[in-house]
Amino acid sequence: MLQLPTMPDRGGPAQPLLIVQNLVKHFPLKGGLFGQGGKVQAVDGIDFEIRKGETLGIVGESGCGKSTASRLIMSLIEPTDGEIIFDGEKVGTAALPLKEYRRQVQMVFQDSYASLNPRLSIEESIAFGPMVHGLGRSRAIPRAHDLLTAVGLAPAQFAHRYPHELSGGQRQRVNIARALALRPRMLILDEPVSALDKSVEAQVLNMLLDLKAQFELTYLFISHDLNVVQHVADRVLVMYLGRVAEIGPVDSIFAAPQHPYTQALLASRPSMDPDRRRTEPPITGDPPNPVNPPSGCRFRTRCSLAEDICASATPPLGTTGPMHQAACHIVAPGSGHSMASREAA
Amino acid sequence: MSNVSTATPDSAGAIVSDPVKSQGYWRGVGKRVMRDKVTLVCGAILLVMLFLILFAPWIAPYDPLQGSMARRLKPVGWQGYLLGTDELGRDMLTRLMYGGRFSWFVGITPVVCAFTIGGTLGVLAGFVGGKINMLIMRATDVFYAFPSVLLAVAISGALGPGIFNAILSMTLVFIPPLIRVSESVTTSVRNLDYVESARATGANSFTIVRVHVLPNVLGPIFVYATTLVGVSMILASGLSFLGLGVKPPTPEWGMMLNTLRTAIYSQPLLATLPGICIFVTSLCFNLLSDGLRNAMDVRN
Ligand SMILES: Nc1ncnc2c1ncn2[C@@H]1O[C@H](COP(=O)(O)OP(=O)(O)OP(=O)(O)O)[C@@H](O)[C@H]1O
Ligand code: SF4
Ligand SMILES: [Mg+2]
Repeated sequence: MLQLPTMPDRGGPAQPLLIVQNLVKHFPLKGGLFGQGGKVQAVDGIDFEIRKGETLGIVGESGCGKSTASRLIMSLIEPTDGEIIFDGEKVGTAALPLKEYRRQVQMVFQDSYASLNPRLSIEESIAFGPMVHGLGRSRAIPRAHDLLTAVGLAPAQFAHRYPHELSGGQRQRVNIARALALRPRMLILDEPVSALDKSVEAQVLNMLLDLKAQFELTYLFISHDLNVVQHVADRVLVMYLGRVAEIGPVDSIFAAPQHPYTQALLASRPSMDPDRRRTEPPITGDPPNPVNPPSGCRFRTRCSLAEDICASATPPLGTTGPMHQAACHIVAPGSGHSMASREAA
Repeated sequence: MSNVSTATPDSAGAIVSDPVKSQGYWRGVGKRVMRDKVTLVCGAILLVMLFLILFAPWIAPYDPLQGSMARRLKPVGWQGYLLGTDELGRDMLTRLMYGGRFSWFVGITPVVCAFTIGGTLGVLAGFVGGKINMLIMRATDVFYAFPSVLLAVAISGALGPGIFNAILSMTLVFIPPLIRVSESVTTSVRNLDYVESARATGANSFTIVRVHVLPNVLGPIFVYATTLVGVSMILASGLSFLGLGVKPPTPEWGMMLNTLRTAIYSQPLLATLPGICIFVTSLCFNLLSDGLRNAMDVRN
């Protein structure tokens, strides 16, 4: 693999691989003749970093903006506001043009079937990216075969097949091979296993962990399955209605969740251990409409601890422990919530 | 998958011989068409017709323009005239064979032209989206305000009679529906994840359209266009019937229907022969396109 080598590390190990700053995406609603139709606040100001070599898991209910966030990071849609900084360089500038950035960050989509062109054979699908970046077909096809081997599919058996001739798990392996074909440094995995059977899911997850070590990758792993995230992630970001509710190391999030939403999510998880079956009620009701989100804290309509202050002020993302932050008035000293400590920080 | 069970005896040499037969998309389509009797019969009828009209000058029994007052309006099967004679004593079989050349030409040419122009505009509108989409689609809507027959007659009437003007007016009539269909097919493909992931590799729009969009939209657009061939033939015949298409004595099915209409009571079968030709051809084209549509659906 001499051609198309991995891009060099620029900022050194201390430089976060990806920094997301105040990312916002509002989709205008269609229908209003004069454009007065309002907007879907799919992603509304999120900040986070991903360090080199780690796996950041993003969890949240359906519709909270996980896929929109990943498409924004992948630069597939234009952000309404915000910046993406990759290895110290702002994406889309002369120092890091979009095409070069796209070699370094690749994505695996949830729907394994829709993400493969039905008219291309497996090897052609995988070879497409390298060929776009100037690799000749005679080199790109052998490379596709190497990648098929890396994801556990025998090239002799699968290279010439078409997507509809594969099972869901096999297709998702092909998608992973395709994402790896440009030798990226980071993979965005948008619910890569949620459409698969439990047994296949475990195989693919373990393969992803192996590939991460083998290719020295950094993962942004999106899922709504807390067990999966606990298995693969180093740190977890909990999203609620387009915003960050809580972010922290996986152990401290699962052992000591600070945000009432995270607590409810964890409580609603079916426990293997009968002694630890949930005592608190799980989250009830549907999430509010992102066209017209609640004022102040967005979770307040479903939060059992909500008070007046929650409707009037947006809780900032405050530090609650080592590398652990949560956006709730309860954990913000001096916020005015009756459960918060009195003195301001 | 289903093929896995077909174990090959020579699995030792599996590196060379692919044990699981993979079939390309178009081979699968061909296989499904071969199993579809109706589509095969329609295809065969159209092929026979095509052969007859293409080779009319060599195989037609008589001269298409040479008539005789002595043998006017003779019935089907009369003395060596297999399909009888028309109102000027010309052989019907010969004239139907020659007439088919014009009917097919005038029926297919506008669809091919509209497929090229409308397809290009529709794919452009669907892929680019935004303002360009708005512009193209609103312009298309204007044409939709008029019924297609009226529009063809109006344009043809304004341009004057003649085969070229008839083709031109029908091309204009078929462009808007082809834009619509291509736009909607392209829009749905454009939003699929494989197009997104192709964009994520950094490929430019031209490459994405060529590799990922066109191969997936041309089939459905083509199938829709074949349904228009039937409509187009009927419309072309209608224009000729109204005197806006070919001029007599050139044989053309719609024109023949017109000149034979006075004989409808004396020789009903004879007078409807051109109509039967138009009907069978357009029906076959429609059934053929239905069959193709089914065969191209991978889920079958
Ligand atoms: N192109 C779009 N136009 C308008 N609204 C959109 C668009 N894409 C997403 N949305 C809206 O933005 C919100 C967030 O959607 P998104 O797909 O990011 O959610 P998600 O967290 O990925 O959900 P899921 O778990 O179901 O995949 C939803 O309310 C959705 O309806
Ligand atoms: S800020 Fe208020 S409403 Fe929001 S999670 Fe905390 S307590 Fe609940
Ligand atoms: Mg999603």
